[in-house]
Amino acid sequence: MELFLHQVLAGLATGGIYACMALAVVMIYQAIDHLNFAQGEMAMFSTFIAWQLIQWGFPYWLAFGATIVISFAAGVLIERVVLRPIHDAPVLSHVVAFIALLSIFNSGAGFLWDWTIKNFASPFGAGPFLGQNLINKHDAGMIAVTILLLVFLYLFFRHTRIGLAMRAAAANPESARLAGIRVGWMTALGWGMAAAIGSVAGMLIAPVVFLEPNMMLSILLYGFAGAVVGGLTSPGGAVLGGFAVGVIENLAGTYIPVVGREMKLSIALCIIVAVLCVKPSGLFGRPVVTRV
Amino acid sequence: MLLRPETREPPVYAVGGITLAQWRLILLGAGLLVVAVIPFVLKNFYIFQITLAIIYAIAILGLNLLTGFNGQFSLGHSAFYAIGAYTAAIMMENLGINYVWTIPAAAAVCFVFGFLFGLPALRLEGIYLALATFALAIAIPQALKSTVVEHWTGGVQGIVIIKPDAPFGLPLNSDQWLYVLTVVVALIMYVCAVNLVNSRTGRALIAIRDHPVAASAMGINVSLYKSLTFGVSALYTGVAGALGAIAIAFVAPDSFTFVLAVALFVGLVVGGVASIPGTLVGGLFVLFVPNIAESVSKGLAGAVYGVILLLVIYLMPTGFAGLMRLITAKLMRPSR
Repeated sequence: MELFLHQVLAGLATGGIYACMALAVVMIYQAIDHLNFAQGEMAMFSTFIAWQLIQWGFPYWLAFGATIVISFAAGVLIERVVLRPIHDAPVLSHVVAFIALLSIFNSGAGFLWDWTIKNFASPFGAGPFLGQNLINKHDAGMIAVTILLLVFLYLFFRHTRIGLAMRAAAANPESARLAGIRVGWMTALGWGMAAAIGSVAGMLIAPVVFLEPNMMLSILLYGFAGAVVGGLTSPGGAVLGGFAVGVIENLAGTYIPVVGREMKLSIALCIIVAVLCVKPSGLFGRPVVTRV
Repeated sequence: MLLRPETREPPVYAVGGITLAQWRLILLGAGLLVVAVIPFVLKNFYIFQITLAIIYAIAILGLNLLTGFNGQFSLGHSAFYAIGAYTAAIMMENLGINYVWTIPAAAAVCFVFGFLFGLPALRLEGIYLALATFALAIAIPQALKSTVVEHWTGGVQGIVIIKPDAPFGLPLNSDQWLYVLTVVVALIMYVCAVNLVNSRTGRALIAIRDHPVAASAMGINVSLYKSLTFGVSALYTGVAGALGAIAIAFVAPDSFTFVLAVALFVGLVVGGVASIPGTLVGGLFVLFVPNIAESVSKGLAGAVYGVILLLVIYLMPTGFAGLMRLITAKLMRPSR
């Protein structure tokens, strides 16, 4: 029982990472209606910016705030410069543009900051949380920040005019435009917010997995998985999905002997496919109804 | 407006007095001539590279049948490529079967696998299907490394194959022979694909892509056709995988990661979605552009590749085939 509890808590801790990333994925999905494959690399690049600022002697929280602002601006800029010119192109061409961005950020970070693994400080410290050995301070802090972010996003989307405008622009661009919403800028804002959330996720994840240009590849995958399990239309579902993936992955690795460490990822993905077969729009997502 | 009888005939589109259909034939003939000349004029290394490009083109053709003609999105075709490659490698090395027989075997294995994967995929659409196939792309290399099948797959080390020589005492070295073999297989695969797409079945596939509800109202068995397309698509990619294994003479799990799936997908879009000739351009792009990027800058190869990719998407948002369609539409004028 002790082992079980321990594994669940450890799963929740890693699940916090995935939940962060899943939240960023869902954010951009709500704003642009596509999955952004470059999301993980954007988060990684932001984390490197934070690392650089800290190296230059900025205090942690100042660097944290500055990185969020820089990432937001960069997200808006990417939408304006890279994606605006091809907004009429087919969906598949967009996906290729995301792949191009992924490649550029990955290689750029390796070029600017080297491919070696770097330590990234945690603002919460590393000791055990509340004197218990079950979960450490950083994991607890990470989970808290994720939940805080979720509440903030909920309030933003439900209770502000601009949040409503963003939802309208994503759900039905034509009608939104007729209602006087500047759909193009809403999309850019969505990119900015997704980049900012991604940067928060990156900075929280980096102390756990260490900072290097390829750190996000598998995490983004788990993030996608969490988002899809929870439902791409529901930020809360995505966070829950992220935690669920973390816990399932840990329990499968512990209790199913064949699985072991290297097969954990495959198991998590199999579970996702299974969930999708039963509920094609995720556990908390709304099924898409189209008029014929 | 007066309707003169002769204007009722469909206008014939032509450039320089040659009609579109004739242009197609001329281009096809010229293309075949180039293909026939290549093994005798180029150096072995370039022959090998072009062989690989054709192999990628076959794999992209498989992906195109699924995504372009049937509207099912896949980011997991590296899995079928891997299964084809491993089928060939295991048959050659562990069972001692001649390499020629491994190609139809890989086709059969991949067809069954693809068909079975297509069944759960029926419930998924768009981005969800992309993720499920992506999961497959991630899972396969790990499964190949696992200790359960290590005896057959050679684990992380993979399997080394002996490169076949030309049979019947033909005066060709092994690179030239593999080129000939690949071209012959590719020709068969392309003719089949063209016939498939232009048949009743092909029209059913396209109808399903464009409007599944209308297609099923027309009496098309949507589920059956969709899973069958998955099977056929996997078959094409599996054949490409088997050819790739024979040509490179080596298989290892890490050659078939999702990077390969993404590369095939990029080739599909660059060549042109739902275009059969476009897949050849896609194959060339997948093979040569990363090398070009590396020659521009070693440290920033990925960034250069990304920039090239972005430029390609800006210039040809609908791929090479779309650009060609645009050019013909501009050039072609109805002639009497």
